[in-house]
Amino acid sequence: MTLDALNISIAWPEIFLLSMTCLLLVVDVFLKQTQRNASYLIAQFTLLVTMVFIAVNMSGQRAEAFNGTFVVDPLADVLKLFICAVIAFVFVYSRDYLKDRNIFKGEFYVLGLFGVLGMMVMVSSNHMLSLYLGLELLSLSMYAMVAFNRDSGTSAEAAMKYFILGAIASGMLLYGISIIYGVTKSMSIPEIATSLLNQPAEMNIGLVFGLVFLIVGLSFKLGAVPFHMWVPDVYHGAPTTVTSYISSAPKIAGFAITIRVLVEGLGGLHSDWQGMLIILAVLSLAVGNIIAIAQTNLKRMLAYSTISHVGFILLGVLAGTKAGYSSAMFYILVYSVMALGGFGIILLLAKAGFESEELSDLKGLNQRSPWFAFMMLIFMFSMAGVPPTVGFWAKLSVLSAVVDINMLWLALVAVFFSIIGVYYYLRVVKIMYFDEPEDTSEIKNSTEMQIALSFNGLIILLLGVYPSALMSLCFSVFA
Amino acid sequence: MFADWPLLSLLVWTPILGGLVVLLAGDHGGAQGAKRLALIFSIATFVLSIPLFTEFDTSTSAMQFVEKYSWISSFNINYHFGVDGISMPLIILTTFITVIVVLAGWEVIKVKPSQYMAAFLIMEGLMIAVFSALDAIFFYVFWEGMLIPMFIIIGVWGGPKRVYATIKFFIYTFIGSVFMLVAMIYMYYQSGSFNILDMHALKLTMDEQFWIFIAFLMAFAVKVPMWPVHTWLPDAHVEAPTGGSVVLAAIMLKIGGYGFIRFSLPITPDASHMLDWLVIFMSLTAVVYIGFVALVQNDMKKLVAYSSISHMGFVTLGLFIVFMIWENPANSDLSGATLAVEGAMIQMISHGFISAAMFLAIGVLYDRMHSRNISDYGGVVNSMPVFVGFAVFFAMANVGLPGTSGFVGEFMVILASFKANFWFALLAALTLIIGAAYTLWMVKRVYYGDVANDNVAKLEDLTPREFLIMSLLAIAVLVLGLWPAPVIDVMHASVDNLLHHIAVSKL
Repeated sequence: MTLDALNISIAWPEIFLLSMTCLLLVVDVFLKQTQRNASYLIAQFTLLVTMVFIAVNMSGQRAEAFNGTFVVDPLADVLKLFICAVIAFVFVYSRDYLKDRNIFKGEFYVLGLFGVLGMMVMVSSNHMLSLYLGLELLSLSMYAMVAFNRDSGTSAEAAMKYFILGAIASGMLLYGISIIYGVTKSMSIPEIATSLLNQPAEMNIGLVFGLVFLIVGLSFKLGAVPFHMWVPDVYHGAPTTVTSYISSAPKIAGFAITIRVLVEGLGGLHSDWQGMLIILAVLSLAVGNIIAIAQTNLKRMLAYSTISHVGFILLGVLAGTKAGYSSAMFYILVYSVMALGGFGIILLLAKAGFESEELSDLKGLNQRSPWFAFMMLIFMFSMAGVPPTVGFWAKLSVLSAVVDINMLWLALVAVFFSIIGVYYYLRVVKIMYFDEPEDTSEIKNSTEMQIALSFNGLIILLLGVYPSALMSLCFSVFA
Repeated sequence: MFADWPLLSLLVWTPILGGLVVLLAGDHGGAQGAKRLALIFSIATFVLSIPLFTEFDTSTSAMQFVEKYSWISSFNINYHFGVDGISMPLIILTTFITVIVVLAGWEVIKVKPSQYMAAFLIMEGLMIAVFSALDAIFFYVFWEGMLIPMFIIIGVWGGPKRVYATIKFFIYTFIGSVFMLVAMIYMYYQSGSFNILDMHALKLTMDEQFWIFIAFLMAFAVKVPMWPVHTWLPDAHVEAPTGGSVVLAAIMLKIGGYGFIRFSLPITPDASHMLDWLVIFMSLTAVVYIGFVALVQNDMKKLVAYSSISHMGFVTLGLFIVFMIWENPANSDLSGATLAVEGAMIQMISHGFISAAMFLAIGVLYDRMHSRNISDYGGVVNSMPVFVGFAVFFAMANVGLPGTSGFVGEFMVILASFKANFWFALLAALTLIIGAAYTLWMVKRVYYGDVANDNVAKLEDLTPREFLIMSLLAIAVLVLGLWPAPVIDVMHASVDNLLHHIAVSKL
């Protein structure tokens, strides 16, 4: 093995991130609680520089490293940039929340950054093992983060549930990988793809058997119905900062491994996984949107909303066309920004001893803070897919991908369930604008957070007015 | 001199940006600054819309004042504006009514007046954009976006059951429109473009046309609204603040009628032909049955709301009766069909003025008495003679008295219906009686008779502001009633072109 084959240079962002995270782990031990802001700043600095590294390394070409287990291509670059940016926002939103609850500790940032590293490895994986390693690194960080508030019973319960179900999902995924390995004699994704081309038809049964386990594992991680049971409990039980972490960037990474495994690896089995994804997508749309109506807890409502969005993303993937993958990618990026904002508002309203996670806690927000009520209005209408917000364009592009493959009925089903979805998003707007506030205290948060959240909302609006740039970017990735 | 101006972009963005400025002005000092700004922006928009009329070339049916830029290249979606004789009068109606609405909310709105004014200005921009968009997705963006300010207007400044009414309004419209979106995407893959004019030319099989027609019907029938999907309208009207009712009745309902002309008829002429009986049945039901429903209302706003549904029935009747006129062997030319469609158009514009005036009249009473129940009134004429003069005039226009704009449209549609089928015409003409019954009965109970109670005796007559609003609308109703020719001239070429287009089967 020579150093050339390692081709280390394209992995600089990951290497930097890993080194800085280890450094943070060490430095944090020597900080007093009053100096804890330093950990925060180091974490933000790390993400920023990582993004710079990614941007500088961007070549638009496909390159492999570590003997072909690690790949950098335009898809990976774009997704990694979004992951880092989203997590940087999560860290901004989290600081006040963590301080108010006396859990402002360096571990949050260390775990968060390790999670980012896991996501980046997932995004760049070109081999089933690197994919699995990335996924486990992310998952383990998240299990610990869910339980981050040690004194909270619900957090501990959520973490246990998440850990057990997540472990089962990982097992499924690993089992699927092993079956695929058994049939194709390889774990490298491009090699699986080539061996599929020369596969005798009678071997298909084994491949499909493995495929089922892979899809079950992926669905668990994405939170698609019927493997969604952990989502509402974990979203609800975890500290809100962690919920905003779990609900945003890891979905992007989940999308990435779906593309890596199903499209790049098992693209030859498209007709087999298409049917499975249709079932998952329709069920996710139905269950997500219908059950969300019954929720009184905003975090649970957003959890079910996430499930329905996953349904939409799967619609784009199952189309099996370049336009479909691009629209799914557009959707997932937009979704992560919307979810970030939605949980950001909860974090904004939370204060010491008050979680602000019930729907009724938003009552009369327009009278307390017209600006942030307007931001939440944008997030809600965007999730509902009402123009001129960017959520509309995400839905439009996915729907048109589905119509393009002559599955008009699927588009109609999706549209039907998004009508149901509109109701619960509208209810949030109704509570903010039409109800009288119960709590009239002023919203006190750092200016930094208020600016970030405003930026987050305006981005949704701006992208809604001019979606062309991001959309073209997503289309160019799969061109 | 205006030929080179991006007039339509200015018309769309002036009120939207104006709305944002008003929002920033806030409610300090009784929001006087915000209100003045709102008035300035609404008048500026109205003034900007005048060249649209004066510079309009009535000899062509082609789109005018066209602006086209690439917007979203991945889906070939364009920023594409343009008007023809069908949309132009509706845009002027919009800019005119918004000035009225800003004036009408001047003293009445106490809660967050800057947000109220801003919502109306933003909505004005969105509605103008709906009328002038020539790209289907561009159209759809504004069509849906329009719901957001209206949702807020009804929900924040509305009456006691406002939440129910506004959610019903939103969901009804949303259900109707998403299927239209799917139809548009489908046509995009057939024609490779979202350009509405390309869709007009697109060949479609009967099956395709049938389903596309149904999708459009769901969207536009809810918006018009046609019986049996009209039930959101009385709720929305009753709960909305006066300004909201005015915009809803005067402009938003017209968007449904406009949609039929711009999308349903030219894109799916064969399906429209095949299903014209359905639309005519729904229209006549609205005209007759909803008329009777209006008769028994106790709430003035509800009465006018039902009257709106009934009058809008004339619009859809006029649009879809054309096929029957052609089928009737007694007719040799297109003139009957032209009469029907132009009648429908005039009816839309006229109803915009009259319904606005009716709701404003109710608003004038409501601001003083805080009641809309007919039984709380009686003998208003004794304390408010000037106001009742206007109110009775508008009531007469609503009935369709010759000389008012209400007469022109209804007369044209009924006349055209005679060329199709005597019985349809008879049913449509019944509205003259039913309309007179419910309107004049309300007039009698509210304005005339003995003074009902002390509150009515203490009523004060119109303020100068209210007088101004009423006079502006009265002039509009009278001018359009006595001399509709300029408006008909404007739309004539476009209507002719439309009829020639739909007379040719796409199969």
